[in-house]
Amino acid sequence: MDYILSIIGPLAAGSLVTLKLFFITLALAVPLGLALALIRISRFTAASQAVNGYIWLMRGTPLMLQLLFIYFALPFVPVIGIRLPDFPAAIVAFALNYAAYFAEIFRAGIQSIDRGQYEGAKVLGFSYGQTMRRIVLPQVVKRILPPMSNETITLVKDTSLIYVLALNDLLRAARGIVQRDFTITPFIVAAAFYLLMTLVLTWFFQRLEKRHAVYD
Amino acid sequence: MPSMTEAAPAAHPMTNPMILADGIHKRFGAHEVLRGVSLTLAKGEVIAVIGPSGSGKSTFLRCLNHLETIDAGRIDIEGDTLAANDAHGRARYVADAEVRRICVRMGMVFQHFNLFPHLTVLQNVIEAPITVKGMKRDAILPKAEELLKKVGLLDKRDAYPSRLSGGQKQRVAIARALAMEPDIMLFDEPTSALDPELTGEVLRTMRQLADEHMTMLVVTHEMGFAREVASRVAFMDGGTLIESQPSADFFANPQHPRTRAFLESML
Repeated sequence: MDYILSIIGPLAAGSLVTLKLFFITLALAVPLGLALALIRISRFTAASQAVNGYIWLMRGTPLMLQLLFIYFALPFVPVIGIRLPDFPAAIVAFALNYAAYFAEIFRAGIQSIDRGQYEGAKVLGFSYGQTMRRIVLPQVVKRILPPMSNETITLVKDTSLIYVLALNDLLRAARGIVQRDFTITPFIVAAAFYLLMTLVLTWFFQRLEKRHAVYD
Repeated sequence: MPSMTEAAPAAHPMTNPMILADGIHKRFGAHEVLRGVSLTLAKGEVIAVIGPSGSGKSTFLRCLNHLETIDAGRIDIEGDTLAANDAHGRARYVADAEVRRICVRMGMVFQHFNLFPHLTVLQNVIEAPITVKGMKRDAILPKAEELLKKVGLLDKRDAYPSRLSGGQKQRVAIARALAMEPDIMLFDEPTSALDPELTGEVLRTMRQLADEHMTMLVVTHEMGFAREVASRVAFMDGGTLIESQPSADFFANPQHPRTRAFLESML
């Protein structure tokens, strides 16, 4: 027990890195994903196709590869070549990757709204922007909660990939202690940390779903 | 605009009709749904548009408020042109902002209600005045409550649409349209999705509107409503307007054989 208490400090410090990456990724990927979804369903064919290609690229290659590319290879790309420090590089890779997945969730949600809702809004004089903001998106939120819950829980666990950039997230902190002390206890404690985080997320999404169920 | 006075009917030289539709053509792919439909609607008039399924009557109604775009023809709403033919005989619409400004003068009630499910009854009614007209909540609230009282649903103001019957939903939809203070009300088969025992309450609300001299265009299968409430009945078949007469004459003395065949099939 004393041993567990003694390793909680460094593991909590690792969790902080994990949580920081998690929240910043969400804050960037959700709006970016929404923008991509709106372009994808717009009638601007060229832009829509470009987004389509982007989503294919981001979903079609491993996130780990994208991480490595942005950190190690991006500096050598002509014109846009910039060298990012490790944590910002991780943020960029995660935000770009998750925005692609979110875009598809948002698109599915938006396209599931009945045409009658657009017509009902249109005959009342709503513009396209007002229709989206006031009528369509509030209904989309409710429908995408289950897949969003899935995706954010996956994000919590995907953050462990940043060990390849030698960032001290929760899992890397645990591994360091395992290798130092020759015991697997830190892994079990790390698992408990992850479970706690996903538990909070699960609970949060269940509450949201309940709140949106009032109009069922 | 000299062309507009030309298009106005000779019977009302001083006032513009509420709706003037002239030679409306509309095709979906190879299928020509409207083949030159013309109709004028005067202030306070209630026109029932009847006809068999696929006759184009709903499409015609939907063309009037830009839910469908016409291929050729002219639409004036209260003297303002929504669309008119260019030199090549193709309909051209006015600018988007103008289209919206004109169309918002027409309230519309749909077959499937199209209420906003995430909003309560009251929120459904006040949403457009607040968002579109920029009114303050307090300013629209008395009017909204008065409208809900009028359609008999004030006690449901905080209920969500999913808790209402079809007839109640349609009455909320009518109140929602009226909250924008339209000059014209368009009804697209307002009772067709309702159980027979629920159509009466909706028709009563519509009759009440007609009694208050609302200008109405109603696409319907309800012959009783057409006979008793409408001032004029228009019969459509195969994408054309076969005939249009004052409702008493229409039922007592239909002119066209197709009208007679249709009326006989309805009995």
